[in-house]
Amino acid sequence: MNFSRRETLGLGLGAMALTILPMGASAATVDELIAEFTGGADMADTGVTLTAPEIAENGNTVPISVEAEGASEIMVLATGNPTPPVGTFKFGPLAGSRSASTRIRLATTQEVVAIAKLEDGTFARTSAEIKVTIGGCGG
Amino acid sequence: MAEGVTPRVKVPKKADAGEVITIKTLISHPMESGQRKDSDGNVIPQSIINRFTCEFNGENVIDIKMEAAMSTNPYFEFDATVPEAGDFKFTWYDDDGSVYEEVKSVAVG
Repeated sequence: MNFSRRETLGLGLGAMALTILPMGASAATVDELIAEFTGGADMADTGVTLTAPEIAENGNTVPISVEAEGASEIMVLATGNPTPPVGTFKFGPLAGSRSASTRIRLATTQEVVAIAKLEDGTFARTSAEIKVTIGGCGG
Repeated sequence: MAEGVTPRVKVPKKADAGEVITIKTLISHPMESGQRKDSDGNVIPQSIINRFTCEFNGENVIDIKMEAAMSTNPYFEFDATVPEAGDFKFTWYDDDGSVYEEVKSVAVG
């Protein structure tokens, strides 16, 4: 295969962008992650529910559940973790309800944020303060 | 493949057509977060399951993107609509490329 000078330059730039992008993503702050998810749209304060314990004795396994009527996606962020993303729940056509429960890790006492993308294109946000007695990220 | 990964899924054997059922899934996996260090102080590299999906007769129920903050032995509970008799297919995608699958049939009537 022969590459012209222009193609070679283009390939090189593409490769550079690829190596830089993942680094940027891992260092993303909570605000950046939210902006990426919502595209900078405004978020309503109601419409999504995050159920979590007030005090979690063991940060290694904290039960949470999220629910948002009419949501197509719900993203959960742990603002005080070394890496804030927790997970994103996408509901398909056969989802029986727009809710899910799981168990997450929390490094320390912190605010957990849930953002729902609703089917009408709007966003809703909620958060819960969880006190953690023993952190869940190892020493 | 991570050692001893066993998926466990709880699905009712029977449902009425159009009924909404609750599904519980658990898979044994260390979900190494990439934050821990071994006894020599070296960081243990991240090794997690990064995606979980549930389908019924090929139609999507839920698709979950997972990060390092998911607990060891990731557990999920969610609801699904059963329009007709068929199979629920559960799939977990590991960082190392392994794919773990489980299928559960549901009868209608």
